[in-house]
Amino acid sequence: MSERNSDLMLSTVHLTMRFGGLTAVSDFNLEIHKNEIVGLIGPNGAGKTTAFNVITGMYRPSEGKVFFMGRDITGLKPHSITALGVARTFQNIRLFREMTVLENVLVACHMSIDTGLFGATLHLPGYRAREAEARRFSMELLEQVGLAHLAYEKGTSLPYGQQRRLEIVRALATRPKILLLDEPAAGMNPQESFELMDFIRRIRDEFDLTIFLIEHHMQVVMGVCERMYVLDYGVTIAHGDPASIQKNPKVIEAYLGVD
Amino acid sequence: MNAIRQKKTIALSRRRLYSVIAVVAFIALAFIADRFFDAFTLRVFNLCAIYIVLALSLNLLNGFTGLFSLGHAGFMAVGAYVSALLTMSAQLKEMNYFLVPIVPWLHHVSIPFLPALIVAGLASALVGFLIGAPVLRLRDDYLAIATLGFGEIIRVLITNAQAITNGAQGLKGLPRFSTTFAVWAVAGLVILFMVLLMRSSYGRAMKAVRDDELAAEAMGINVFRVKVTSFTVSSFLAGVGGALLGHMITTIDPKMFTFTLTFNILLIVVLGGIGSISGSVISAVVVTVLMEALRFLDEPMNLVVFKTQGMPGLRMVVFSILLMVMIIYRQRGLMGNAEFSWDTLQGLFVKKGRKGGDHV
Repeated sequence: MSERNSDLMLSTVHLTMRFGGLTAVSDFNLEIHKNEIVGLIGPNGAGKTTAFNVITGMYRPSEGKVFFMGRDITGLKPHSITALGVARTFQNIRLFREMTVLENVLVACHMSIDTGLFGATLHLPGYRAREAEARRFSMELLEQVGLAHLAYEKGTSLPYGQQRRLEIVRALATRPKILLLDEPAAGMNPQESFELMDFIRRIRDEFDLTIFLIEHHMQVVMGVCERMYVLDYGVTIAHGDPASIQKNPKVIEAYLGVD
Repeated sequence: MNAIRQKKTIALSRRRLYSVIAVVAFIALAFIADRFFDAFTLRVFNLCAIYIVLALSLNLLNGFTGLFSLGHAGFMAVGAYVSALLTMSAQLKEMNYFLVPIVPWLHHVSIPFLPALIVAGLASALVGFLIGAPVLRLRDDYLAIATLGFGEIIRVLITNAQAITNGAQGLKGLPRFSTTFAVWAVAGLVILFMVLLMRSSYGRAMKAVRDDELAAEAMGINVFRVKVTSFTVSSFLAGVGGALLGHMITTIDPKMFTFTLTFNILLIVVLGGIGSISGSVISAVVVTVLMEALRFLDEPMNLVVFKTQGMPGLRMVVFSILLMVMIIYRQRGLMGNAEFSWDTLQGLFVKKGRKGGDHV
């Protein structure tokens, strides 16, 4: 048990998020270990994105705590959580509208470039070196995912699938240890979804990542996730490996409904 | 490969050459203007420089960081008053403060223009920082309303701090420090600063905050800090612009710094293109010149068919129409968020040339 705990990346304890009378997430207990791919599934409105938002600091939980690599990150600002190594993407793609593909990725490098307003404006040597390094790193990332030839196109002008990919690359540019993907396959056909799952497995290996992803099409994530949590109306109704989840009567009920 | 690179270097050095020529040409123009323009024309020419500073300062907020602020006149007032009080001689101050004598600690302060200008900017930046820290937690319209309120508060404070600012009487006989070279040197520096800032990582962070606050925060950008920084820098520039304006007109009073002034600058920014440095520069010049050139509209006119009595403010109708036309046909302003470059200019001419050729 203790060696299992030593590689614990992300965990939540009794995490609860209430909006007025609505309990969006209740008593959520999560444990994700290093290099795992863990899924969070559930029907629409089950509280999956809310759970993400609480973990990444967009909301402060009503109750409970979030731990990242043994450190209590509950209530930290989102940017501080990102700085610690938790990156995320969004369900509805949130690229920077007016920026090129490369600039989108460079924004995510700002943390590592930032030498203060004046260092940056005056392009002092320290800043120049960091900026050059960030550009090299960003181009390298784009090359790895096959977007390098589009580096100077506007990000929002790319086809949908590539925008999703760009959002993932942008998250990778923050040099995360764990990557949270919010419905990365939303709006994709089955073929594209499976390609995406391969892609996710690949970046996990290449970047030594841990991945936590939301999906509401159960079939899509069955192949890629090692473990999954199932939410329904904010309550964790099941948790385990894909095979056992598929057979779980509660999950079937939540997805299909029972007369 | 090598040939391409060489071609690129040549193109780059050619653009540099163009830029150097343009700057030299402009400095020559400034010399000529200073020597040969009549007082009125020269004043309009210099006013352009001041409006460039002010427009860029507001564009940094509205256009580049996406913060809709309407309190600019307040920061300009702070800059103008600080610089005036620091540079006026003790004798001049005695002449101005005939109702309530000036506070003793300000009485004998009299420093040269350049340090006064910097202090004016810093004072304004400090006020901006103090206001920004609480106000920037608001968004969109709420921010606009709050900044508008603070702008007015600054004006009211200045009106009532009789012993410091001489209240509603204002200050007269400010030293005429805003020479052609002073104002254009400042404008040049501010343009350079903005271009460099926007090309830097910090500029990218500001644009990211403008495009999508949530995503920017998730990318590790301290959104609040970026906003406060932008607000503070913008206040600094507004303070400098206000100080230059004060030393050009040589008379300042609180009524000068009402919302109308903010509106004029906002007009320049919107017409020029929200988020475009070159747009603001071009638009500042065009609007400033038009403001003076259209003055005949305010006077009685004889249009043969009918005669008009003098209608003060008629020229502002032109701007309202211009603004409406712009909003309908070119929402993003003259330049959108694009920047001027020699390539686009060249492209413009080449295309025109080709079109002409087709007709023949």
